[in-house]
Amino acid sequence: MKVLAADVSSSVVGEAQARAGGGRSATARTLVPGRVGELAASEASLRRFLFGLPGVDQVGAEARTAALATRSIKAGAKLWAIDTAIAMVDLTTLEGADTPGKVRALCAKARRPDPNDDAVPPVAAVCVYPDLVGTAKDELAGSDVAVASVATAFPSGRASLAVKLADVREAIEAGADEVDMVIDRGAFLAGDYGVVLDEVQAVREACGPVHLKVILETGELVTYDNVRRASWIAMLGGADFVKTSTGKVSPAATLPGALVMLEAVRDFADAGGARVGVKVAGGIRTTKDAIRYLVLVNETVGEAWLEPALFRFGASSLLNDLLMQRTKQRTGAYAGADDFSLE
Amino acid sequence: MNDDAGDEEVTTSEATPARRFEYAPAPESRSVVTIRPSYGLFIGGEFVDPTDGSAFKTVNPASEEVLAEVSAAGPGDVARAVAAAGRAQRDVWGPMPGKERAKYLFRIARIVQERARELAVLETLDNGKPIRESRDVDVPLVAAHFFYYAGWADKLGYAGFGPDPRPLGVAGQIVPWNFPLLMAAWKLAPALAAGNTCVLKPAETTPLSALLLAEILQQAELPPGVVNILTGAGDTGAALVAHPGVAKVAFTGSTEVGKAIQRSLAGSGKHLTLELGGKAANVVFEDAPLSQAIEGIVNGIFFNQGHVCCAGSRLLVQESVAARVVEGLKRRLETLRLGDPLDKNTDLGAINSPQQLEKIRELADSGANEGAERWSPPCPLPDRGYWFPPTVFTGVAPAHRIAREEIFGPVLSVLTFRTPEEAVAKANNTTYGLSAGVWTEKGSRILWMAQRLRAGVVWANTFNRFDPTSPFGGYRESGFGREGGRHGLEAYLDV
Repeated sequence: MKVLAADVSSSVVGEAQARAGGGRSATARTLVPGRVGELAASEASLRRFLFGLPGVDQVGAEARTAALATRSIKAGAKLWAIDTAIAMVDLTTLEGADTPGKVRALCAKARRPDPNDDAVPPVAAVCVYPDLVGTAKDELAGSDVAVASVATAFPSGRASLAVKLADVREAIEAGADEVDMVIDRGAFLAGDYGVVLDEVQAVREACGPVHLKVILETGELVTYDNVRRASWIAMLGGADFVKTSTGKVSPAATLPGALVMLEAVRDFADAGGARVGVKVAGGIRTTKDAIRYLVLVNETVGEAWLEPALFRFGASSLLNDLLMQRTKQRTGAYAGADDFSLE
Repeated sequence: MNDDAGDEEVTTSEATPARRFEYAPAPESRSVVTIRPSYGLFIGGEFVDPTDGSAFKTVNPASEEVLAEVSAAGPGDVARAVAAAGRAQRDVWGPMPGKERAKYLFRIARIVQERARELAVLETLDNGKPIRESRDVDVPLVAAHFFYYAGWADKLGYAGFGPDPRPLGVAGQIVPWNFPLLMAAWKLAPALAAGNTCVLKPAETTPLSALLLAEILQQAELPPGVVNILTGAGDTGAALVAHPGVAKVAFTGSTEVGKAIQRSLAGSGKHLTLELGGKAANVVFEDAPLSQAIEGIVNGIFFNQGHVCCAGSRLLVQESVAARVVEGLKRRLETLRLGDPLDKNTDLGAINSPQQLEKIRELADSGANEGAERWSPPCPLPDRGYWFPPTVFTGVAPAHRIAREEIFGPVLSVLTFRTPEEAVAKANNTTYGLSAGVWTEKGSRILWMAQRLRAGVVWANTFNRFDPTSPFGGYRESGFGREGGRHGLEAYLDV
């Protein structure tokens, strides 16, 4: 076990994943044989593990991200960061007023963000509600852009497990490549960690090879200790990604929250687990914000995470700002807001 | 961790492959500041040539480029400056109502803020510290100190030193090269608020920011003679300390010089405060917030290249988490960026002088020779200038020189402990007593430790945090007297 990992041995992670990952094939994890079902076998052992994780000092975590936010990314580094960020965008629309037409427009933009410039990479995915997955899937056929669907009674998660699983199945049947689920914050805050884990595991099973992102809704978990524990529950449950927020609760993504999650995925990988990705969602609107997250990734978990398979931005208006800054970097002139299509 | 001594080789982690996200150079513009080819002495509100002094050059430690020629004040110049300060104290500054003195201090604080970029760039050029630190730490704290003590100037009767405490007179103040401008502010602001006048001597290798401050004092129309700034080396300082017109001496610097000053002042009746060296213990318990503790360790010893008297140069880490903390620390240090101090992304700048570099090298070599294990991240050093890589020694025994002597450089000694009692015993096993750090999520243990650590400042779950409202200073061989806060006024009042 590499050090700095949380208080967990690789065997323990292996067990939990063995328990969690039944039926998974696409992203098989390292399964390490070990002591019998110790960690996730009972509420008590899970709880003991979560409370054995090192605490997070709020002041220190916020000071660290504030210091990293002063990094000055210029010239070639900025261009690289902009293109990397574009390829990491999950272009999102999650409104009650969404229409098939809006989703189609979004998909066109996702495939080719800047029609005037072939060099701009497509975004990573389009993220919609389950009922619009089919529309998006049709529109993105033949492209590398994935279709992500929120599910499990997004955004509140206030439904029975049966309803949540039905939601997931519907999204997958409609062709979703990725599922963004929400955890049961009520159960988490009540200390029923086993309920949260079981639910993640159930959704994991329902997803099969489909990519699973687990939304923690850090704005409702409030403390960084909670964010770290919820990240571990999600990872033990078999998440491919941990995701900050739904975008429906304020605050949504924050740099310190992302720092804690990045450290959690790093520690999980060090402890013998798979590389889990991190998605920051909600409130990231400018290139400057996006670059701050890339710097954070770069200086905490390292370059290995600087790719769409392991880091994503859940955003809509961010993409146009990235395109504007890209044009500015290349041509020296600022584009106007109307030079790019609406999302 | 203490049993793997003996390997004298420098071990570094494997070279990293070319990075994809390589930050492009982002240098702060040096054109924001104008450096004159030569500077006189600031006496009686204007720059004058030395009468019996000489001149010396100050260089940029990151490039060895000569920045300017500076005057070295002789004994006659010291006498002139002290006389100017004495007149100003007697006729103008002493009799002036506190609320009027406050206006000047507020004005100085505001001009420092307005000219912050200029001050930060100049400080970085002359000192070698990263612009990130001079911009985000030094200069904002300078303004904060003037603001804070400006607020005290008309409230001295409520500071707890009697209804009408009197100033001492002329203060002779000698500041070091590690925080040239900040230390000047720590000295000047409380002295001026209390009604004293000052003769300040900045360090030989870093005189420029104090001279820019002199221009700011002119801009603030501070009455002539209230602050006089004499550049020069040790003999200028000695002449200032010895001058009979000086009522109060405040010195920040090495323990060796501090002792000499104290000896020379014995029986003179002059007031004295000393802020000297340190060998602070940064104590990390197993229940600490480990990620933040690692940040605190980095900030404790690599802030300002370790040129910090209160640096957390001895890491005491509980054995049960030692391997994990050291591994995390090494991983973190691989992201530390050493290079051009003017680059906004630089974390570790240049060593201030070749003399200091030699001292750091000598002590670091002694650590390896005495059997501690030396480690530095892969870290190419620039060709010109004075540089030392961030260095961690593990397997350090309390008897090693690197565990006892102040290195004043980016060198960390790691020791381990098993029980809180052992942590206290090891932390206190030093001749110094300036600062200490405690990392634990257990509040009761923080208080238990703070009561037992022999240090003037104990930080809990943080390190190297400074605030004008908080008194700072040490005891034992770290000196005496406090700077900052209400306590800081006492050093400049006849109480």
